[in-house]
Amino acid sequence: MARSVSTRRKTLVTILAWAVAFLIFFPILWTVLTSFKSEGDAIASPPKFLFFDWTVENYVTVQERSDYFKHFWNSVVMSVGSTLAALVLAIPAAWSMAFVPGRRTKDLLMWMLSTKMMPAVGVLVPMYLIFRDTGLLDTRTGLVIVLTLINLPIVVWMLYTYFKEIPAEILEAARMDGASLRSEILYVLTPMAVPGIASTLLLNIILAWNEAFWTLNLTAAKAAPLTAFIASYSSPEGLFYAKLSAASTMAIAPILIMGWFSQKQLVRGLTFGAVK
Amino acid sequence: MTVTMRALLGATALCAAAGWAQAETLTIATVNNGDMIRMQGLTEDFTAKNPDITVEWVTLEENALRQKVTTDIATKGGQYDIMTIGTYEVPIWGKQGWLVSLNDLPGEYDIDDLLPAIRGGLTVDGNLYAAPFYGESSMVMYRTDLMEKAGLTMPEAPTWDFIKEAAAAMTDKANEVYGVCLRGKAGWGENMAFLTAMSNSFGAKWFDMDWKPQFDQQPWADTLNFYLDLMNNYGPPGASNNGFNENLALFQQGKCGMWIDATVAASFVTNPKDSTVADKVGFALAPDKGLGKRGNWLWAWSLAIPAGSQKVDAAKKFIAWATSKDYLALVASKEGWANVPPGTRTSLYENPEYAAVPFAKMTLDSINAADPTKPTVDEVPYVGVQFVAIPEFQGIATAVGQQFSAALAGQTSAADALAASQDLATREMTKAGYIK
Repeated sequence: MARSVSTRRKTLVTILAWAVAFLIFFPILWTVLTSFKSEGDAIASPPKFLFFDWTVENYVTVQERSDYFKHFWNSVVMSVGSTLAALVLAIPAAWSMAFVPGRRTKDLLMWMLSTKMMPAVGVLVPMYLIFRDTGLLDTRTGLVIVLTLINLPIVVWMLYTYFKEIPAEILEAARMDGASLRSEILYVLTPMAVPGIASTLLLNIILAWNEAFWTLNLTAAKAAPLTAFIASYSSPEGLFYAKLSAASTMAIAPILIMGWFSQKQLVRGLTFGAVK
Repeated sequence: MTVTMRALLGATALCAAAGWAQAETLTIATVNNGDMIRMQGLTEDFTAKNPDITVEWVTLEENALRQKVTTDIATKGGQYDIMTIGTYEVPIWGKQGWLVSLNDLPGEYDIDDLLPAIRGGLTVDGNLYAAPFYGESSMVMYRTDLMEKAGLTMPEAPTWDFIKEAAAAMTDKANEVYGVCLRGKAGWGENMAFLTAMSNSFGAKWFDMDWKPQFDQQPWADTLNFYLDLMNNYGPPGASNNGFNENLALFQQGKCGMWIDATVAASFVTNPKDSTVADKVGFALAPDKGLGKRGNWLWAWSLAIPAGSQKVDAAKKFIAWATSKDYLALVASKEGWANVPPGTRTSLYENPEYAAVPFAKMTLDSINAADPTKPTVDEVPYVGVQFVAIPEFQGIATAVGQQFSAALAGQTSAADALAASQDLATREMTKAGYIK
């Protein structure tokens, strides 16, 4: 009896999980489907789900009109570059906050997070002026710097949480064995925190890849990443949904594939410390 | 060693000289619409004639573009050599001294050939600050079959009362046919573009000569009540979310009897590839109320050079090419006269080949019916037909648009929406120093 109830419950939970997953995935699915429709079918009402004239015309048009690979490369450089830079800065910071906290560590952490609470547009003009004066407008270096800075609080926070899970005694033992600070962080702490660091890295790449305020406003022709590529296909007056969907699909495909292959690592990292 | 060093230095100098002589690159910011995309495709014609200049395009959605180019020009960022801006920005930026005057374009450019209404909207103190790439107005698009079924004939220049009569006669809610589709989505370029133009024909105005908001006056009440009555009785459900694209979809699927919107829509609704009613569409001028002004707007996407640009000469060459008579002929030769950017030059409308294009005359008549320097029945202190060319307008009109959209959704009454609009506009105009 008890067994049958648990089976029924299991089935229910499975169905529910699939339903929620489908709900979350639906907008992406719909974008992909729309990218294969003609502009007329894209705005048809009632909407056409699967039975329409499938076409790759939109992909051809998008490829003809804009240089996908240039935008793609810019996205790769800025997301990977900013993530690596943020990790280099955040690992020592998180180490000191987790293992040698001072009186103001908690305040410092809160203050770091609070910078995320300000609307980005509030500092657009000062940032723009700094970028103008330093010649960083429309450069990949400029984007790497700004994305490193805006994602740094999250990286520090995530790493701090993972590091807190690691018993300080292990590090102490390493120190007693004569390990220097550098080798303590490099050879003892980092290997143990690999799942946490990996998931921070992946999540940060995704965040940087999708960042659409600074990447749109601080670039023009040379450093424009895939967010600008998508924005060039939207229009308040005209038929554009199918082409926009094709551009969006091309823009999210790389990160979707990366997420797919690394999902084990991502989930492991995100639930790290949740169950002991 | 010295010889090698010299050779290296010489090579470096040569490379540098070669780089010097290399092409000058123009970065052009533009919006994503058909005419602009076509221009990008034809850039080769320009670079072939000017081998020392190359062109880089930055194409963006209209609002994203506006935010970017405004930030860039206000901070003198210098990222763009040419910007695509509209009739709203030109008077404001021209007055600020942010744009390069184009009065000295070469003689063969023929500045006097530009349509006077459009040229007037792009001129500040006698200086032309942007060259019009294409002009658009708004007009009535209607279903000829439904009109015939209703036993009515659309006049070339209808009145608002006729529109209401026709909307009532065409509405067939059981079959999802709605008499009239109009913009309802809140925004200064959305419902407020339509309602501001409509209010001009009702004798309303945004501000009096002392910059006092006029929403507490009868003409605005008449405008809003007429609009709400029309939409509530004969409009599609959920109209407060509809902008250009939503109404376009409804019209193409045969769900609207009439649609009053941008003239650029004509080519979409008559395209049999996307529209189910392509062969049943007629056009008429935007309606009036017998007060001497019609309810249509005027907009021109134009090319301008930011002041302080290092490449003014090359930029002027490009602008003179893109907005010339020759460019129109180039497009016609490649893609036919129907695809020529409309609404900028008198000579285009004198061309018998272009006159054969459907809706060509209607576009010209619509543009000529709007005068940005005298937009309303009474005298006003501002320039602009469906907008007021002051920097504060975007914010105020979007807030007013939210009030009117809420009234359309039934969340507030017309009287309350007008009172709230009057309050917020008065507050903002006082804060900005217009009202002493």
